[in-house]
Amino acid sequence: MSENVQRHEPYRDARQQHEADMMGMYVFLSTEVMLFGGIFLAIFVLRLQHPEAFVEASKRMHVFIGAFNTAVLLTSSLAVAIAVHGARQGAARLSTALFGGAAGLGVVFLGLKALEYRKEYEDGLLPVVSDPGRFSSPIEHLFMNLYLVATALHATHLAIGILLLAGLAWRIGRGNLKLPERAIVVVICGLYWHFVDVVWVFLYPVLYLAR
Amino acid sequence: MNAMTVIRLVFVWFALMGLLVTTVGASFFLRGPASMAASTGIAFIKAALIYWFFMHLSEERGLPRLMAVGAVTWLAILIGLSFTDYATRGFGW
Repeated sequence: MSENVQRHEPYRDARQQHEADMMGMYVFLSTEVMLFGGIFLAIFVLRLQHPEAFVEASKRMHVFIGAFNTAVLLTSSLAVAIAVHGARQGAARLSTALFGGAAGLGVVFLGLKALEYRKEYEDGLLPVVSDPGRFSSPIEHLFMNLYLVATALHATHLAIGILLLAGLAWRIGRGNLKLPERAIVVVICGLYWHFVDVVWVFLYPVLYLAR
Repeated sequence: MNAMTVIRLVFVWFALMGLLVTTVGASFFLRGPASMAASTGIAFIKAALIYWFFMHLSEERGLPRLMAVGAVTWLAILIGLSFTDYATRGFGW
């Protein structure tokens, strides 16, 4: 909390205002935890009730595409963390470059995810568009339904995150977002990006690494 | 720019990548509940690192920290109560 911010009503001081900003975003992210949490619960129940079939379905996932994508997201989070630090110090050019780079990594993630969906479609494993008769068991079908819902919801969040970061890079680059005075905007967008990363940190082992 | 802060963030990234390699490696050796415990445990450690260092919890005071992790408690209640049902259905009570 090093940024030199302007205090607004009704806050007593900058620290209290900062805490209110952060708490608001953490509460929003808590609603996201509950949104994804329901899907995780369904995945855990499926695994508990059908452990062998669940593991067999998980083995057909593309483990290394998923691992590479995890590395891509973790690296993008590092870029965002450094960009936020830079923004608080007023380093506008560095922040612009790093936010642009992180948004680019997000696009790489989505590209690989699309490639993965395509491979699953070719294997007859992608729900909705694949022939249900090609699944080896109803459990695999259910597993793939949950996989598609969870990863598509995550990809939607990531797409929003890419737009946020690209928008930040644009605004900072053009001087429309004054730094470090308005650094809280950057911090809040960073929180969203890191959260989307955290969701993937759980989705990857639960779906791809069940053994 | 504070060089120490950037170095710390890079170290956190190295730790996260190390944990990613560990969780993928463990999936080749561990099976069943041990595999699930290891992969979920590592995911929690990674999430904690991201929340603490990247999501600024290390700089915040009590109340924002409580807000950030409160949902984990509600989720634990949701999953815990659900499992008291599903995990005990075979007991014939």
